[in-house]
Amino acid sequence: MSVVAVHEKVEVDGDAATAPVWQVRVGTSLSRAAAIAALAIVVALALLPAIASRNLIQDLIFVFTMLTLAQLWNVLAGWGGLVSVGQQAFVGLGAYALFAGVIMLQIDPVFAIVLASLFAATVAAVLGPLLFRLEGPYFAIGSWVAAEALRLVCAQFKTLGGGTGMSISPSDLTQMMGLKWAQLAFALRPAAARDVLIYWIALLLATAVTLGITTFVRSRMGLALAASRDNPAAARSVGVRTDRIRYLLWIVVAFATGMVGAVVYLQKARISPDAAFSVTDWTAYVIFIVVIGGVRTIEGPMIGVLTLWGLINYLAQYGSLYLIVLGTIAILVMLFMPKGVWGEIAWRWGIRLFPTQRVLSRNSH
Amino acid sequence: MIGLDSVIEGVLLGGVYALFALGLSLIFGIMRLVNLAHGDLILLAAYLALSVTTTLNIPLAVATLLIVAVMFVAGYALQRLVLERVLGDDILPPLLVTFGLSIVIQNGLLLAYGADSRRLQAGAFESSSVTLADGLNVGLAPLAALLTAIAAVALLQLIFYRTALGRAFRATADNPQIAQLMGINERSVYAIAVGMSVAVSVIAAITFGIRANFDPSIGPARLLYAFEAVIIGGLGSLWGTLAGGIVLGLAQTIGARVNPEWQILTGHLAFLVVLMVRPRGLFPSRRP
Repeated sequence: MSVVAVHEKVEVDGDAATAPVWQVRVGTSLSRAAAIAALAIVVALALLPAIASRNLIQDLIFVFTMLTLAQLWNVLAGWGGLVSVGQQAFVGLGAYALFAGVIMLQIDPVFAIVLASLFAATVAAVLGPLLFRLEGPYFAIGSWVAAEALRLVCAQFKTLGGGTGMSISPSDLTQMMGLKWAQLAFALRPAAARDVLIYWIALLLATAVTLGITTFVRSRMGLALAASRDNPAAARSVGVRTDRIRYLLWIVVAFATGMVGAVVYLQKARISPDAAFSVTDWTAYVIFIVVIGGVRTIEGPMIGVLTLWGLINYLAQYGSLYLIVLGTIAILVMLFMPKGVWGEIAWRWGIRLFPTQRVLSRNSH
Repeated sequence: MIGLDSVIEGVLLGGVYALFALGLSLIFGIMRLVNLAHGDLILLAAYLALSVTTTLNIPLAVATLLIVAVMFVAGYALQRLVLERVLGDDILPPLLVTFGLSIVIQNGLLLAYGADSRRLQAGAFESSSVTLADGLNVGLAPLAALLTAIAAVALLQLIFYRTALGRAFRATADNPQIAQLMGINERSVYAIAVGMSVAVSVIAAITFGIRANFDPSIGPARLLYAFEAVIIGGLGSLWGTLAGGIVLGLAQTIGARVNPEWQILTGHLAFLVVLMVRPRGLFPSRRP
C-alpha cells in the first residue's frame, strides 16, 4: 500500500524562498507501518489454505465477503451519502447471473463472476436515474423497493428454479479454472479445492476493494464526493459534478457488490430468491458491521466484521434472539457511540492506521 | 377479465394501504424522518390487538381504543428517548436506528408469537357483505377499511388546518427555529407527531388484521406499500396519499387478476412507472 504524503503545497507568504511551507498530509509514520503490517497479514492469509481446516476456510470466506460488502456500503452511504437499504439487489443479481452463466451458458465460473458483476452494474445504471429522483431517506426505501421488485422478477424464471430456487450440480463446476491444480497442490477433493479457490478470490476481492476505497477517498474525487454529500450546492459552485460522481459511485459499488454475490453463491452452490435478495443477510448485517466498527473509517468495517463473526459463533444458535441482540447493539452504538468502536479510538487517541483525513501541517525547513 | 369487481376490490384494498401510509406521511411531513420500523410497528399493533382480544376477551372495538392509547404513548416515548438523540442534518443515524428497531421488533414478535399466520376475529362483521348492485357484493370489512381511511384523512386534515396543534405542526415543519421563537416546544411537537403516527398505524393494523392473515415477517412489506402510496400520491398531501394507496391497490389487484404471482410485482412496477413519468407524484403539494 503506497502512501502519498504530499498532495499539494500551499504557500502562505509571497516569498517562496523564506516562507514556511504548509503541507496537506494524509499519511503518517504509523500509517506506513500499518500498510506494511497489512501487506504481511494479506500474504499470511493467502498462504493459510496450506494448513487451515475446511471449516476455517469457509468461515474466512464469510468474513472476507462480508468485509467487502461493508466497505462498499460504507463508501456508498458513509462517504457518498447514498444510504441504500437495497444493496441485496446487486448481491442477488450477481448470484443469479452467475447461475445463469454456469448452468445455461456453461461457461467457466471465474468468467461467470465477471459477467455477473457487469450485469449488476448494468442494472444499477438503469435503476440509478429513477432512484436518484428520491431524496435522502426516501432513496433508502426506494432502493429497497427496487430490490424487492428484482427478487420477484428473479422468482419468475422457472429455468433458474422459480420461487423455490435451485442448485448447481458439481459436474458444472469441475471445469473451473485452477481447480485441477488446487486439487493436486493441496491433495484435496474437488469440493474442498473449490473452497480454496473461492477463498483466494474472496481475499483478493476484500483486499482490492479496501485498497481501492482507501485510495479513492484520499483522492480529489473522494474529496469531491464528500463535498457532494455535505453540501451539494456549495460543491457544485466550486465545479464538482455532484450528480455524475454519485451516479458513477453507485454503478461501481453495484459492480463490486454483484461480484461478491457471485462469489458467495458460487461457494454455496444453491440459490433461492429469498436467500439471494435477503435484506437481513446482505444489508442488515452489513449495516451492523459498519455501525459497530465506525462509519467513514477504513478500519471500522474490519473491527465490525470480526465482531459479527464472534457473535455468530456464540449466538447464532439462538435464532431470532440473536438478531434482537444485533439490532439492540446497533441502536445503542448509534445512540451512545455514534462514531463506532474505531471512530471512538481514532477520535480519543488520534490513532489512524489507514488515515483518510487531510491534515495541514507546517513543514520544517 | 378485469371487471368492475376487480376495480372495486382494488379501491378497497387501497384504503388499507392509505392507512399504512398516513403515519409515514405524517412524520415525514413534519420532521423529515423516515421511520424504517413503520411496518413492524403496524405488525406490533396487530399482535397487541390479537393478545388483548384473545387472552383478555375484550371486544375488538374497546381493544382498539386501548391500543391506540398505549401505542401513542409508546410513539411519544420512542421520540423522546431514542429518535430525538439522532435527529439532525445527517440522515444516516435516524435511518440506522429505525432500521435496527425494525429488526428488533420483527424478531421480538417471532420470538413471542412464532412464525404462524394469525388473523384478528371481528365476529360476523368480517364475513358479511353488502349488495351494491345486482351480483355485485362488497365485503363489509374492506368497505369499512376504505371509509376509515377517508375518515382518518379528513380528521388529520381538520387537526392540521383547524387546530392550534396543527398550526404548531405546520410551523415546525416550515421552520423549527422560528417556531421555537414563537413559543412552540419543538421537542414536544415532534413527540406528539410520532405518537400520532403510531396511533394512526394502530387503526391500519386493525383494519388490515381483520381482512388478511399476518405473520411477523411481513412488516417490511407494509413499510414498502406505505412508502409507495406516499410517493405515488405526492409528498406533503394527505388526500394525495389516499389516492396513492388506491392506485397501488388497483395496480396490485389488476396484476393479480392477470397472474396471481404478479400481484406485488405489479404494485412495485406501478410505483416505478409513476417515479419515471411523475417524479413528484400524482398530487404534489403546492408548497416546495
